[in-house]
Amino acid sequence: MNGCEAWTLTKEIQRKIEAAEMWFFRRMLRVPWTARKTNEEVLKETETIRSLMNRVQRRQANVPLLDRELHTEFLLRGLKHLSGSYQCLDSSRPWLCYWILHSLELLDSPITEDHALNIAHFLGKCQDPEGGFAGGPMQYPHLAPTYAAVNALCILANITEKVFDILNREKLYSFLMRMRTPDGAFKMHDGGEVDIRGVYCALSVARLTNIMTKDLVSGTVDFIVRCQTYEGGFAGYPGLEAHGGYTFCGIAGLVLLGHTERCDLRSLLVRILLCPLFRKYSKNDDQNLSATRWMFNQEALQEYILICCQHDYGGLLDKPLKPRDYYHTCYCLSGLSVAQHFIGGHLQNDIVIGSTTNKLRALQPVYNLSLDSVMMAQKHFGNMKLP
Amino acid sequence: MSEGSSDDCNAQDTWVSFKDRPEWSDVKPIPQDDGPNPVVQIAYSDQFKEVFDYFRAMVAADEKSERSLNLTKEAAELNPANYSVWNYRRNILSELNKDLKGELRYISQVIEEHPKNYQVWHHRRVIVEWLEDPSQELEFTEKILQDDAKNYHAWQHRQWCIQQFSLWDKELAYVEKLLKEDFRNNSAWNQRHFIINNTTGFTPEVVAKEMKFTQDYIRKAPNNESAWNYLKGVLSEKKLCEFPSLMEFCLELYSKHIRSPFLMACMIDNYEEMLEQGKPKKEENLQNATQLCNELAEECDTLRREYWQYMSRSLASKYGTDVSGDS
Repeated sequence: MNGCEAWTLTKEIQRKIEAAEMWFFRRMLRVPWTARKTNEEVLKETETIRSLMNRVQRRQANVPLLDRELHTEFLLRGLKHLSGSYQCLDSSRPWLCYWILHSLELLDSPITEDHALNIAHFLGKCQDPEGGFAGGPMQYPHLAPTYAAVNALCILANITEKVFDILNREKLYSFLMRMRTPDGAFKMHDGGEVDIRGVYCALSVARLTNIMTKDLVSGTVDFIVRCQTYEGGFAGYPGLEAHGGYTFCGIAGLVLLGHTERCDLRSLLVRILLCPLFRKYSKNDDQNLSATRWMFNQEALQEYILICCQHDYGGLLDKPLKPRDYYHTCYCLSGLSVAQHFIGGHLQNDIVIGSTTNKLRALQPVYNLSLDSVMMAQKHFGNMKLP
Repeated sequence: MSEGSSDDCNAQDTWVSFKDRPEWSDVKPIPQDDGPNPVVQIAYSDQFKEVFDYFRAMVAADEKSERSLNLTKEAAELNPANYSVWNYRRNILSELNKDLKGELRYISQVIEEHPKNYQVWHHRRVIVEWLEDPSQELEFTEKILQDDAKNYHAWQHRQWCIQQFSLWDKELAYVEKLLKEDFRNNSAWNQRHFIINNTTGFTPEVVAKEMKFTQDYIRKAPNNESAWNYLKGVLSEKKLCEFPSLMEFCLELYSKHIRSPFLMACMIDNYEEMLEQGKPKKEENLQNATQLCNELAEECDTLRREYWQYMSRSLASKYGTDVSGDS
């Protein structure tokens, strides 16, 4: 592969590359040359597609290219089954559904209605009879997989709204109420730890399914505000160090509660990342409303993801030399989407680095769902009565 | 947000199948019910499948016994992120009145193997809570922080113990030791803030002392973001103009051609406050502030250009006498 940027791709070379690739696959599967197996059969067995040419072409392109086809194939495979190395995520299976489905929605790769219903049915198996979703069938309900399952259902609802039938909204509410702590925070599960992740998960789920009552969130704003540190970001729990992921939970939580004014926005450098917040902050600041881009370097982030974080065989990763996985595929694509689409002020503005085919669907960062998926939830639950 | 990374699942070599364990012959294992059309199916090893089939049987029967306690150990080893296993283990421990000191030794080993796992740290916390004995906790977290000075779980556990059992006395000395080793250790700076905030508070004397302490470190490394942030923390909710030595300190560094973005940001904060308070030399202050913003945007901190340009525009529109505007 090294140096392939300089090759002249004649028909003959293309044919040779593809033949060599098939030869590799046959060797990997130990298919004897006497066996009369077609290339298609071999590819089916390896559960892969020809990708070597793709990679050569990607290296030859003079602009960064998002390998949509390979990523989609990696995602669809994981939606069916995962290797034994995922055993340690056996308590995060609704997360796996969400990470994959959200990646697919950003890539605009639809799945069939049957498939959607199967996923919803599986999520139903993870739902606890007393409300909330567990990390897998027959485990205890937990706020993190509850968040993942509800988000996954919102994505699936774009295919068929029937998926919402599996959700027990009344019991979900009693589960959230049971997780509440006296100071307005939430524990992750019965007997579990308390931190700002629980708060964010509970608020996101409650907003999407329209069950955010006053009782559910009394004291919650205060708890979140107590998590903001002198550095401007948010900690997992009051007193701890500011942290990127928890800062997202904190500020998104305040957006969901409609109280961003309660924290110190001036010291929160990343504040402009979230659009409703953006509008609020810039109320007295007409200059800002004419902004056409986010306040971070949108080009640099896209370049980093496209050039450094794509795996040669599909999927994305944390940083070069790290393995690919569904978690990083989801959040790399989410970051790429945010960096491509400015949805802040009056104007919507796209900045797409590299090939125009790199453009992903826009997302709503507070839930990390596509705008359509958030609308599906609002349409379905918006008119239902509060518990 | 994830529940851990996918790299630490090791199996035992000498594992004996439950079929060959007579003490389990009375138990009917319960397979996982993924439904007729499963998705995201994990290729479990035989051992994994069997251990969890028996674990489900124990939970279903609500059996709290020696054998179910041992089973939770096997299950937790296969997937330490399985919070249901840890929760069930705690139920058994309390039901059987088990020796909690032994449990503390066990969880120490597990944490050393999986130092970045929420469940194992939470388990430790509950055990310490039950024991009402924090005597090993500072030493234990110190050991973990030796390998990874930024381990968030270790800091969280340490802060909880300190607060719960009032272990404030020696913590400032510990922080100073850590800062001597690495003055860019942001967790240590945060811990310093945590201690002072919960003990003496930031009284005028403390603020003066902390300013000196921090400024000495900044002189050593003017680009040390952690020290600058801490300085800001010390002075938060205070009027910067009450500390004229701060601006003198900044100007001294600036005149030595130091162009650390944190230094310049601190100067901008100062000028902005002067403008806010309607101090004299308004035009000059505004010009100094916007000039710093432009310098940051164009030279010293180009990655955050958008932000500095925004700051510059926003200051100009708020405090500029000439309302030309560009919109």
